[in-house]
Amino acid sequence: MAKLWRISWLYVLLICALAGIGYVTLYSAAGGVPYPFAAPQAARFAVGLVLMVTIAMLPPHLLMRASWGMYALSLVLLVAVLHMGHVGKGAERWLMIGGLQVQPSEFAKIALVAVLATWFSRMDYARMGNPLWLIPPAFMVLVPVGLVLKEPNLGTAVIIGGIGASLFFTAGMRLWQIILLILPVPSLVQFAYGHLHDYQKARITTFLHPENDPLGAGYNIIQSKIALGSGGMWGQGYLHGSQGQLNFLPEKQTDFIFTMIAEEWGFIGAAAVIALLVLLIMGGMIMAIRCRNRFGRLIALGISMNFFFYCLVNLSMVMGAIPVGGVPLPLVSYGGSAMLNVMLGFGLLLSTWVHRDTRLDESSGHTA
Amino acid sequence: MWLKRRKRDNRRLMPIRDQKDPARGVFTRRALLCMAVQAGAMGELARRLYHIQINDGDHYARMAANNRVSKRLLAPPRGRIVDRYGIALANNKENWRALLMPEETTDVTGTIERFSTLIPLDERDRNRIAREMRHQRRFVPVMLRDFLSWDEMARIELNAPSLPGVLIDVGTRRVYPEGELLAHIIGYVAPPNENDVAHSTLLALPGMRVGRAGIEQNQDEKLRGTAGSVEMEVNAVGRVISELNREEGVPGEEISLTIDRGLQQRVLNHIGDQTASAVVMDCHNGEVLAMVSTPSFDPSLFDSGVSHAQWIEWTNNQHTPLINKAVAGVYPPGSTFKPAVAMAALESGLVSPTDRVFCPGHLDVGGTRFHCWSRWGHGSVDLHLALKYSCDVYFYEIARRIGMDRIAETAHRMGLGVPLDIELPHTRTGLIPTPAWRQAHHHHWNGGDTIVSGIGQGFIQVTPLQLATYTARMATGRAVQPHLMRAINGEVSPMANAEHWPSLNMPEKYLEALRAGMFAVVNEPHGTAPKAQLDLPGIAMAGKTGSAQVRHVSRALRESGHFNSANLPWEYRPHALFICFAPYDAPRYAVSVVIEHGNAGADAAAPLARNIMRDTLLRDPSNHTTPPPESVATVDDSFE
Repeated sequence: MAKLWRISWLYVLLICALAGIGYVTLYSAAGGVPYPFAAPQAARFAVGLVLMVTIAMLPPHLLMRASWGMYALSLVLLVAVLHMGHVGKGAERWLMIGGLQVQPSEFAKIALVAVLATWFSRMDYARMGNPLWLIPPAFMVLVPVGLVLKEPNLGTAVIIGGIGASLFFTAGMRLWQIILLILPVPSLVQFAYGHLHDYQKARITTFLHPENDPLGAGYNIIQSKIALGSGGMWGQGYLHGSQGQLNFLPEKQTDFIFTMIAEEWGFIGAAAVIALLVLLIMGGMIMAIRCRNRFGRLIALGISMNFFFYCLVNLSMVMGAIPVGGVPLPLVSYGGSAMLNVMLGFGLLLSTWVHRDTRLDESSGHTA
Repeated sequence: MWLKRRKRDNRRLMPIRDQKDPARGVFTRRALLCMAVQAGAMGELARRLYHIQINDGDHYARMAANNRVSKRLLAPPRGRIVDRYGIALANNKENWRALLMPEETTDVTGTIERFSTLIPLDERDRNRIAREMRHQRRFVPVMLRDFLSWDEMARIELNAPSLPGVLIDVGTRRVYPEGELLAHIIGYVAPPNENDVAHSTLLALPGMRVGRAGIEQNQDEKLRGTAGSVEMEVNAVGRVISELNREEGVPGEEISLTIDRGLQQRVLNHIGDQTASAVVMDCHNGEVLAMVSTPSFDPSLFDSGVSHAQWIEWTNNQHTPLINKAVAGVYPPGSTFKPAVAMAALESGLVSPTDRVFCPGHLDVGGTRFHCWSRWGHGSVDLHLALKYSCDVYFYEIARRIGMDRIAETAHRMGLGVPLDIELPHTRTGLIPTPAWRQAHHHHWNGGDTIVSGIGQGFIQVTPLQLATYTARMATGRAVQPHLMRAINGEVSPMANAEHWPSLNMPEKYLEALRAGMFAVVNEPHGTAPKAQLDLPGIAMAGKTGSAQVRHVSRALRESGHFNSANLPWEYRPHALFICFAPYDAPRYAVSVVIEHGNAGADAAAPLARNIMRDTLLRDPSNHTTPPPESVATVDDSFE
C-alpha cells in the first residue's frame, strides 16, 4: 500500500476542488437545494474517486493487456448505440445498461487512448518513420470517429480525431507525414458538411448569426452570453444569478453550467475555474513528460488532451465561439456517465504517475 | 545524426532509467508544444470571457434585466354611472370565479368531475375548459365557472380537500341594478372585438369591456380609465416568481346623468305594456329627466354573451325592444307640428295671429280636396282657435301661403328634423322636407306636399326627443339642447345653467301666442285634449295632441263614413302623440309622448302625458338635490 502514497495527492486535491465547484454550482442550479442535482452528483463523485484510486493502483502492463479488450468493447458499444441507442436532441447518444446511462463515445475516447498508447509503446522512433506502421493505428482512430459521426455527434468525433492526432504527433510522427495528412483536410471538411444533419447545420448557421433566430436555435447562445455578460466582474452573487435561477439558461445544470458560475461569481470566479482547469491540464501534461515509460507518457498525454478538449469545446461553446455541441464541462456538469469516464481517465493518468519509473517490456524493435 | 540515433535505439531491454530513447526527446518537445497550444487556447478563452463579462457586461446585464422583468398592464375599474341623485345605474360588482390550476392536481378530469357534482357545468363550459387546457401552460389557471353565488362558493370551500388545484378568484363584471328600466340610456358593455383591440392596447387586457350602446358606448373613453401596471419577475417559461413593482390604474370617471331614476320608473309604470316612448325634459337647461322606450331588454345579458335564440327574438320582434325609440324612432309629428307651422307663419310676417281662415271641413287646391279632421268644419278660426281645435284647414291654408322653406327653417330652429347633441349613439335625425331636398332625390315638389306638411304629415319625420326639445324651446324661448350628462366625477356641467343656452330669437309675443293656443287645447272648453287637465291646485299645463297616419286613408273609405282607425290591425293604426309643458305660467318641464299605433293622440297620449307631467311636477327633480320620498309619487294612481 506504499503505492498509495505515490499517488499525486495534490492532483487529487485539484480534482476534488473542481468537483466541489461542480457541487456548489449544481446546488444553485436547483434553486438552492441539494436535490435533484448536487447530492446525486456528489455520490457519483465519491464512487468515481474510489474507481480512480483503484485504477491508479493497477500496474501498467495490466492496462496494456486490457487495452485491446477495452477498445473492442468500445467499438461494440458504439455499434450498439447506433442500433438501440436512446435519442437525445436528434442524435443517438446513449445506451441504457442496467439502469445506467452509458455514453459509448465517452468510453471510446479512453479506450482509444489506451489502445494507441499500447500500439505506439511497442514502436520505437525508427518504426514511427515507416508509414506502414502508422496505418493500423490510423484505422484505430478512424473507425470510432466514423461510428461517432454516424450517431451523429460531430463534436465528439472531432475530439476523438484530435486525441488520436495528438498521440500520433507526440509519439514521434515525422513532420512530412503530418503535412501530407493535413493537406486533404479542407476537402474532407467540405465533404463532411454535406453529410451533416440539418440540426447540426442549423447550429453552425446560428452560431454565425445568433441574432437572426433569438427564440429558436440562437436562443441558447444568446441566453448564455447574457448570463456571462450580466455576471460582470464580481458576479450577481451566489444563488442570485437571474438567468440561471429563472431558467432562462438552457441545460444550465449540464452543458451550460459554466455560465451559471460566470453569472453568479463574475469574471473573478469564472477565471479561477479556468485557472483550475489549466492546472489540471498542465499537471497531466507534466506527468506525461515526467513519465519514464513510453506507454505511460502516451496514456497521460492522451488523457490530458481529452480533458483539455472537453474544457476547450465546452467553454468555447458557452462563449459562443463554436457551435453548440452537447459537450459537458468535466466534473462540474451534472451527469453520471461523463463523470465516471472522466474519473476513469484520471485513474489512468494517476496510474502512469504512480508507475512512472516502472520498466515495461517496451520493444524498441523486435524486427529491426 | 538521425542514423546514429537509430543505431542506439536498437539496443534491447535497456533499463528505462538509462534508456536514451530519442522518442522521449521528441515526445517532450512536442508535448511542450501541445502545452503551449493548450495554454494559448485557454488564455484566449479567458480573454474572450473578459471581453463578454467586462467590456460588454453592461449590454448583457441590460438584456438580462429585460429577460427577467415582465411588465403587465392592470385593467382599471370601469367608471360608475349614477342618476342625478347619485343612485347607481351601472356598477362594477365582484365576480367570483372558480379556477383550476392544472399543475396542482394529479387528476385533472377527476377534479373537474367532482367539481361538476357541486356546481353543474353545461356542455358549453366543458368544451371551453377542454379547449383552454389544451392551449395553456400547466401553471396558467383555467376558468371553470364564473358568476358564483355565495352559496356556490361555500360549497366549493367546504369540499376543498377533494378539489385539489381549484381556487376561487375575484374579477369584476358590469351590473345594471335597474335592468330594463334604463337599458336604452345606459346601454351595455361587451368584450372587445379584434378591431377594438387594434385601436387601443388597453382593451387587450383581460376583463376589459367596451360600451356597445347608450352612455356606455358614447362615454366609453371616460368610463374606461387608465391602465395600471405591475412589474413581475418571471422565469424563462413565463411563470411569475415575484412582484417587483405595482402601479394601480386610474379608475374610469363616474358619470352622473340628468335622469331621475324614480321618475323614470314612474314613467315606465304609466306606459305599462304599450309600445311607446316618452321624454321628460327640463325646459330651462335641456336636462333629460326621464327617457323611456318600451319594450326594453335586460342589458346584463350582454356581459356574459347573448344567446343566438335571444338575439333572434329581439331582432324579429315588431315592437323593437333593442331600439331606443326616443332617439331612434321617427314618426310623422301630425298635429303636434302645427305650432311650428304657426311660428313660421308669424315670423314670415304674412300671417298675423288675428287673421282668420274659414274652415268648411276641407280645402280645395288645384283640383285636390284636402280634408279637415272634422267633416263639418270649424267655421272661421284665428290662430288661437286653430291650435285649440287643431283645425287642419287653417294650417293647410297658412302653409300654402308661406311655403315649405319657411316652415322647414323655423322647424329646424325649434329642434325638429335636425341632429341634437344628446350623448347617445345610433340617433336619427328625422326630416323636414323642402323642395330642394325633394329635387335632390329627383322628384318634383308639389303644392300638395306643402299643404299636408302644414299638419305634420307627408314626408315629415321627427323623433320623440326632438318633440320634447321643440316643446321646451317653445316654452322658454331658449335654444336648449337635450343632454344626459349632468356631472363627471361630481363636477357639474355648465349645461345645467339656463344661461348657458342662447335665445331662439323668436319674438316673445309669438311664443306667447303658441303657448296660449296650447293652453286652450287642454284647459278651454272644446279644446282637443280635455283629458290632459292637471288636478294640481294652481298649476296648469299646456299641450298639443297629434295623430300620425301610417297608412293612406282613401277618399272612398273616408267618405263611406265607416272609417274607424280603432278597427284597423295594430300595425296600421295611427301613432298617438302628445307634447306638453307645465306650469303654464312659468314653464319648467316639457314632456313628449309617442304611443306607436295608439290611435288618437287626445285619447291615448294626452292622459299618459298628463300622468307623467303630474309625477314630474310632484317630484320636481330640477329643484331637489335628493330624491323625494317614494310616497310622493304613489298618491296619484287613482288618476290612471
